[in-house]
Amino acid sequence: MTMRSPLARVLGHGSAKEGVHHWWVQRLTSVALVPLTVWFVVSVLSLPSLDHATVSAWVGQLWTAVFLILFVLTAAWHSQLGVQVVVEDYVHGSGMKTLALSLVTFFHVVVAVAGVLAVLKVALGGAP
Amino acid sequence: MTERPLSPHITVYRMYRYTLLTSLLNRATGLVLSAGLILLVYWLVAIASGPAAYRGAHELLSRGVLKAVYGILLAAFSYHLFAGIRHLIWDTGHGLERAQSKRSAALVAIASILLFAGLAWWALHSGAHAP
Repeated sequence: MTMRSPLARVLGHGSAKEGVHHWWVQRLTSVALVPLTVWFVVSVLSLPSLDHATVSAWVGQLWTAVFLILFVLTAAWHSQLGVQVVVEDYVHGSGMKTLALSLVTFFHVVVAVAGVLAVLKVALGGAP
Repeated sequence: MTERPLSPHITVYRMYRYTLLTSLLNRATGLVLSAGLILLVYWLVAIASGPAAYRGAHELLSRGVLKAVYGILLAAFSYHLFAGIRHLIWDTGHGLERAQSKRSAALVAIASILLFAGLAWWALHSGAHAP
């Protein structure tokens, strides 16, 4: 059994290096999203047609699939971090806040998984 | 919780201040783009579901109401992009003086209006997307 108080045990150890994580990932994803979003908007506006043959051929190209997956994952991650802060600021009451934050996380995971799987299905030739 | 005194907040701010407006707009456009993610994933899933399913989704996505939504999304993207770049420059420690910040706010406004106008014009004039 130690005679040291809990406070004495943690004093002087410095931070757990976690505080900056949210801030850093938000910046990292925003930097990645600059080229990714511009690429996406320009690519979609450049498509000669939006019929199924054209868009599925486009999604099926290797580099399109790569960038689409990166775009969906990065956008979902960045969005989750951003909406999380809005919820933390404006949703009050610890029960409501926890519920809202959980729903926001679940929603973004569903969006990311569905988006990635859809792109993979087309790219790997599984689409009917 | 309700009976305790609150320090003054919303009502004490001058709402016309550009700092408040630019910050608020960045959040609002971010939320709009988050909602746009749903449309993006719906579209991708529709593509993966084959031509028959895609036809129905394409019809839904081509409705007039949604064309207004795409306009709002393009506007939100145009603003959030430049406002985000402004934030990234701030994070390096540059441009934080009051005069510089005022100038960059004006630059963001002009650049985002120009980008939105360009993208909207492109969307309206490219054959595949014309309403």
